[in-house]
Amino acid sequence: MKFLSARSATRHPAWAVPAFALLVLAVGVLLVPALAPRDPLRIDDVLARRLVPPFSHDARGDFHLFGTDRFGRDLFVRMMLAGRLSLLVGVVGAGLAGVLGTLLGAMAGWVGGALDRLLMAIADLLLALPRLVLLLVGVALWSPGLRTVLVVLIGTGWMGIARLVRAEVIAVRARPFVPAARALGAAPMRVLFRHVLPNAIGPALVATTLGVGNAILLESGLSFLGLGIQPPAPSWGNMISGGRDLLVVAPWVALVPGLALVITVLATSLLGDAWRDRLAGERSPG
Amino acid sequence: MRYHRVRSPALVRVAARTALLYWCVLSLTFVLLRLAPGDPATFLLPPGATAADADRLRVELQLDRPVAVQYARWAERTLHADLGRSFTDRRPVTSVIGDALPVSLALGGASLLLSFLVGAIVGVIQAARQGRVTDYLLTVISVVLAASPAYWLGLAAIACFTYLASTLNLPLWMRLPAVGMTTPGVELQGAAHLADLLRHSVLPVSLLAAIGAAGVARYVRSSALDVMRSDWLRTARAKGASESRVLARHLAANLRAPLLTLFALALPGTVAGSVFVETIFGWPGMGRLMVTSIVARDYPVALGCAAAYGALVLLANLAGELLLPWADPRVRE
Repeated sequence: MKFLSARSATRHPAWAVPAFALLVLAVGVLLVPALAPRDPLRIDDVLARRLVPPFSHDARGDFHLFGTDRFGRDLFVRMMLAGRLSLLVGVVGAGLAGVLGTLLGAMAGWVGGALDRLLMAIADLLLALPRLVLLLVGVALWSPGLRTVLVVLIGTGWMGIARLVRAEVIAVRARPFVPAARALGAAPMRVLFRHVLPNAIGPALVATTLGVGNAILLESGLSFLGLGIQPPAPSWGNMISGGRDLLVVAPWVALVPGLALVITVLATSLLGDAWRDRLAGERSPG
Repeated sequence: MRYHRVRSPALVRVAARTALLYWCVLSLTFVLLRLAPGDPATFLLPPGATAADADRLRVELQLDRPVAVQYARWAERTLHADLGRSFTDRRPVTSVIGDALPVSLALGGASLLLSFLVGAIVGVIQAARQGRVTDYLLTVISVVLAASPAYWLGLAAIACFTYLASTLNLPLWMRLPAVGMTTPGVELQGAAHLADLLRHSVLPVSLLAAIGAAGVARYVRSSALDVMRSDWLRTARAKGASESRVLARHLAANLRAPLLTLFALALPGTVAGSVFVETIFGWPGMGRLMVTSIVARDYPVALGCAAAYGALVLLANLAGELLLPWADPRVRE
């Protein structure tokens, strides 16, 4: 694959740098909690270990890269453990919203008529409310937790992608190879999925990539407000929330988990931007 | 004024479409309230109520009637601007929201204004210095700001003015207040009250404005670059117009339309930001009201807030659409 070669990476740092950052983070999230000398959820000898500043040793002589929280748990290991849930929610939430949006948008653009008008009316309706407000209403109605967060992220994230795919499908439908495929006897759904969608999916993939960062931000926001992932399961949002009342004495407890959050969101949005530029370059050469 | 004769049917059509869409948004809140698990009657009853009490309340609230009848009754009340009563303190939802809305409008309005002012200036500077160190630095700052959650930046700002300020031993007047709209326990009048309010506004307003300005600057930069590559700008330079005249007259006129479009698009972002900023800085606005009502399972207030936010967004879109012919003469035809 030319796209993944080392030469391509040095030539195109725009996607290689954020992709590398995400790869390092993904590996760290999987390995660091597994290899950590102590269980990141266990609480022992609180007095000796609690609220150690970053880059220093606790009273027992253990080194803590990013310091410890009020129960003496290592913040770096906990941040990586929280990353598992935050990254999962971001990727699954944005990914399934992308799939749903692609399917609905493709159906609206391909079938047209009443179905198109109905689906676009629902999309307009949901877009009339800020997404955070929709999310808040969603978590208000059902009990907070991982499943609710995922359901509301998918339910409020498909509209923009459906619109993109619908516009692309309508544009591709007019190209000569579509009636040609029909004339050769392909069923309408086969033409849609084999001939139209592969030519229409580019912008939706870019939008889904950009949506991952957004989903991670929204999940962490909900968790920060106490309406998302519930402690003791750590997520970046509820870790920041947990350090809020320590801000005056130990600001690192609240601020350190945010670093991972910012780096992740930054990397996914840079990756999405680079991909979009590449797509735009392919479409209009020169 | 032939142009107005042509515009007015379009105005009616756009306004009617917005009103219809808003009615659908309101109906959505009705549907969502019905979707909520549990029976609304059980939320309203005091502890220790019996099943007979619940039945009586259900009849009283007409919850035993068909959904169509309930919808008709809800529609009639909504058209009379009655959004029900808060579950927690029994006040009408409209008056609870009426207290919170001005706080949010002031906070959001001030920061939206600042973010467009700062964002437009920064974006034009970046476009004029494209590819140089200034452009690069400002791009990095705006990209990082756009990727940072508002509440995390807010906590960082508070940490600066509490932890860092006391570590560095800064004088007291330099430490900005982090929480609340005014100093608690002190009754101030006139100018002193205003000064107190302004001091408390510095952190939340500048935080929201900085996040907004980052987005505006990125957008203005790319729009300005498009305009700068255009033929008419080259012509303006070629005929000898000074650089400041080119920027002020030719560039600014062509940025009006994209900025107006962005204004309608920026409102939801400001709303989302203000939910967190109000929560962190303890401002009694709509964002905090919505969060507290959700935590308290106070459905009428939460859905009332959602309806108010929907109205704000749709009004911004409507204003943007109606002002577009003024900003961009090309769409007047």
